[in-house]
Amino acid sequence: MIASSKFKLLIFILLSLFTVNHSFANEHAVEGTNHQEEKEFNVGEMIMHHIKDAHEWHLWGGHDNSVSIYLPVIIFDGGMKTFSSSYFYHGKHKTVFDESKKEEVDYYEGVGPAEGYALFHEKIYKLEDGQIHLAGEHPHNEKVNDFSITKNVMSLFFGAILILLIMGSMAKFYKKNGAVSPKGVAKFLEPIVLMVRDDIAKSNIDKHKYHKYVPYLLTIFFFIWFNNLLGLVPFLPGGANLTGNISVTLFLAVCTLLVTVFSGNKNYWSHIFATPGVPVVLLPIMIPIEVVGILTKPFALMIRLFANITAGHIIILALISIIFINKNVAWGGLSVPMALFISVLELLVAFLQAFLFALLSALFIGAAVEEAHH
Amino acid sequence: MDLILPDFGLLFWTALVFICLLFVLTKFIWKPILSAVNEREQKIAESLELAEKTKEEMKALQAANENLLKEARAERDAIVKDAKETATKMVEEAKQAAKTEADKLMASARQAIETEKGAAIAELKTQVAAFSLEIAEKVVRGELSSNDKQKALAEKLAGDINLN
Repeated sequence: MIASSKFKLLIFILLSLFTVNHSFANEHAVEGTNHQEEKEFNVGEMIMHHIKDAHEWHLWGGHDNSVSIYLPVIIFDGGMKTFSSSYFYHGKHKTVFDESKKEEVDYYEGVGPAEGYALFHEKIYKLEDGQIHLAGEHPHNEKVNDFSITKNVMSLFFGAILILLIMGSMAKFYKKNGAVSPKGVAKFLEPIVLMVRDDIAKSNIDKHKYHKYVPYLLTIFFFIWFNNLLGLVPFLPGGANLTGNISVTLFLAVCTLLVTVFSGNKNYWSHIFATPGVPVVLLPIMIPIEVVGILTKPFALMIRLFANITAGHIIILALISIIFINKNVAWGGLSVPMALFISVLELLVAFLQAFLFALLSALFIGAAVEEAHH
Repeated sequence: MDLILPDFGLLFWTALVFICLLFVLTKFIWKPILSAVNEREQKIAESLELAEKTKEEMKALQAANENLLKEARAERDAIVKDAKETATKMVEEAKQAAKTEADKLMASARQAIETEKGAAIAELKTQVAAFSLEIAEKVVRGELSSNDKQKALAEKLAGDINLN
């Protein structure tokens, strides 16, 4: 009972952080900067806004009658501060003149608990003399350590819960029924688990050592695949460009790098620092190349996943934007089938990229644990 | 530029979630799934092996059965042949015995007949002799009933003697 009431309290606190807020026009007449209405529809800006992280989860509507879930902001600036992101989005709308682009740039100045901070292009800066000072495109104000539950972090949580639920139900089936032929969700997912085990792990890593890496490869594969698919869902639990975010792909690539480096045996390191068959004179040239080689492999993994998923999101958004550029619903006849086609293609890409990431990780690990050929 | 610069907050959350996920999935999900699948695969492999073995055993058993059947058939044939031979022999022997018996019977019958015949002939002879004597007596009596006849006879006998 105590545990459950604590749990309820936690849920309550979490929910109270995500305050859904309807913003009405009259409520919103702050500072009177209503010039967004006059602005031309900017496709590039819209797409960039959608594929980048945000501190709110925009549901529907635009400008002054938009409906969003305001996600909690967690910043570290001389101690942890948490508040709803609505203190930015419903704070003061301000603009600053960008000398390099010769145009006004919008930003939000926080109110209430967010007093003294500003949200500039979804990044939180400390205000200096109550202002943002631009140096080129970016403010030279001090950035604060932002650990907010952003849209991507929420999507990350949804993805993790989804994986746990689905894979958990599969595990439950086996726990309940023992070693029988699979049914239900297990029947659908078992070939994929087996594909990771056999075609990814077993065929690339030494057959005596591959067992150890199967859980990692399975986790990487399903993490990327589920989050890719979640990113393709255009409404609430999905739509965030999580696996197309460089931070996420960077972390996954670093994981593969660490696993590879810590699995590397004598044979692997000797190929890097004393490549067999290479004259000693050439080693000073070879060693840096090999060391860079260790890093380029996961670097390619990071860029590949990031670029593929982000590109998919950009294409779909660009195709949908055709309607808004031409300001005519009839263009939907062209853009919707094309977007549908790309979406279906993206389903394939979602699987393919997860498969490739896991496959190449297995390949690198396999090379690191390979025994010398005699 | 923001797009390709990693964000530290998201990096932290990704690391936290991914590491938790890796731990929880490995311990509570991948292990049971993989062990169940492995167990099943092993079971299937064993079953296949067993089936193969059973098949071979069946084949051997079938061959043994066939052999047994063949042997039984051969034995049966031998027995039948033997029986037939014995039967034929028995019949033959019986026939022989019957024949011998019949021959014996015939011989004894013949002997009996012969004996009877002999006895009958002997009796007949005795009878005939008796009749002959009677007849001869009667004839003699008739011949000697008158003097004339006695004389004639005597003469005749005398004549016969002369002729000899």
